[in-house]
Amino acid sequence: MTPAAGRTVRVAAGQGFWGDWLEAPVRQVRGGPIDYLMMDYLAEVTMSIMQKQKSRDPAAGYARDFVPLMERILPDLIERGVRVTTNAGGVNPRGCAEAVLAVARKLGLPRRVRVGLVSGDDILGRLDELMARGHDLSDMETGRPLSDIRDRVLSANAYLGMGPIVEALRGRADVVVTGRVTDTGLTLGPIVHEFGWSADDWDKVAAGTVAGHIIECGAQASGGNLLKGWRSVKGLADPGFPIVEASADGTFVVTKHAGTGGVVSVASVTEQLVYEMGDPRDYITPDGVADFTTIRLRQAGRNRVRVSGIHGGPRTPMLKVSIAYFWGYKAVGTLVYAWPEAYDKARAADAVLRHRLSDLGLEFDQILTEFVGVDATHGRLSGPPDPDIPEVQLRVGVRAHERAPVERFTREIAPLVLTGPPSVTGFAGGRPAVEEVVAYWPALIDRREIEPHVRVEILEA
Amino acid sequence: MPRTTKRPATRMVQLRYLAHARSGDKGNTANVGLIALEPEYYPILEREVTAPRVARHFRGMVSGVERFELPNLAALNFLLHDALDGGGTISLKTDAQGKVYSTALLRMAIPVPTALARRLARA
Repeated sequence: MTPAAGRTVRVAAGQGFWGDWLEAPVRQVRGGPIDYLMMDYLAEVTMSIMQKQKSRDPAAGYARDFVPLMERILPDLIERGVRVTTNAGGVNPRGCAEAVLAVARKLGLPRRVRVGLVSGDDILGRLDELMARGHDLSDMETGRPLSDIRDRVLSANAYLGMGPIVEALRGRADVVVTGRVTDTGLTLGPIVHEFGWSADDWDKVAAGTVAGHIIECGAQASGGNLLKGWRSVKGLADPGFPIVEASADGTFVVTKHAGTGGVVSVASVTEQLVYEMGDPRDYITPDGVADFTTIRLRQAGRNRVRVSGIHGGPRTPMLKVSIAYFWGYKAVGTLVYAWPEAYDKARAADAVLRHRLSDLGLEFDQILTEFVGVDATHGRLSGPPDPDIPEVQLRVGVRAHERAPVERFTREIAPLVLTGPPSVTGFAGGRPAVEEVVAYWPALIDRREIEPHVRVEILEA
Repeated sequence: MPRTTKRPATRMVQLRYLAHARSGDKGNTANVGLIALEPEYYPILEREVTAPRVARHFRGMVSGVERFELPNLAALNFLLHDALDGGGTISLKTDAQGKVYSTALLRMAIPVPTALARRLARA
């Protein structure tokens, strides 16, 4: 495909995480011209939640919200020729793809819908074989080998890049459903496909990756959670989610639909660029390495930021693997103490509670006390509280590998109301819930172990 | 009383008047991107907001600090290690994902030229 000079490809963000604003993708499709709707649903431990759902129901294991959303917008997508890239497939992309096909059939659309299905990222069933062949899948942060927690692993997925998305789009998929594809690959794939960029044109790959990073958290790039001048950000009741207008030369503009709220400014884009950043020269994805110190931003009109100058380097031989494992249990209990001397009362209550936990011989991996209103977000940097502070929330959390001590802890909060310091309230919620803790284990694996297993299928409604 | 001492060339100003910020997490590490409110403030941030000073600001709260410079964005990126009580789902903290560590850095005060400090105070 040879794009006409000056042609742009418009990729619109529809979801920044599983649970983001449900109206956003609908407004992206109906609110103005776009070419692609990109929807990121997967956070680090989302896969394990989906794995748990799938173990109870083999048809589950994907972002269920995605299917009713498709039911709402598929007619618009087909009519307008807008295509979708999403990692909503979670640990069951086939189940997700089939649910989309079922919706398409039910809608009776003017033509058959093509769903691209990407699989091969799920290596849960291959872990023992991989470990037996010498892949220790050690934790990137701690260096511990996976064998330490092998019996508690709940999900294991390699991060795939844009490759299979490009292939599915080349196969004329209207909707591309994947498992653990990187957030950035969902944006980079359509751009590479449209402009026919070579996968080793590292500067362009880096540019498309940066575009993906800017819009992957939805409205966080277009006025949501924007600190600079936050009072002057208007219309957040109807925020315009960000849209990338990519050009064939690797530059792009970040914008949003006319008439929507929020703002696209150098400040809003910069705040998103530094979000979750590590070494800015070394932003590693399966597709390449982007150098964030080369990014140039310029306000190029109202709610338009031009992005240029991006350099990148070759992809690494390794792929990141996202492993989730069962860690143990935690619970958090809260009580509210009122003026006068609210903080002193809350501290005294914490001392009583800890004394009782100790007398009961309960052992925890951690007991953490925070005083909400005093130190919960900034710790000691907040300084001493106002002596006349109207109320303080005592918030105590515990965690343990065993359930029993956490369970017992949840029964030690309510008694404080009648057996501890005075002026206490805020216990309407009842006993705190014991939560299962599923933890994240990031590892690396040779990409040659993964790539031969990646499959792209085109299914038709 | 006549002034006998020379006025200091700088005044201490909280970073909130010079920068905005956003933070996120990677495991048990929080990152804070510190962005100059005006490009002309960036050299001051680069000179004064050093990794050792940020480590001192967060002493007792983090185990170590790394700094990266992004002059192209008038920004500095800080990695605050072991800041999140285990991080992710393990952490018991209200701010388990370090979302507002950014604003905790904005409490830090640095010396800025007196003329600029006066301008910031008027704004």
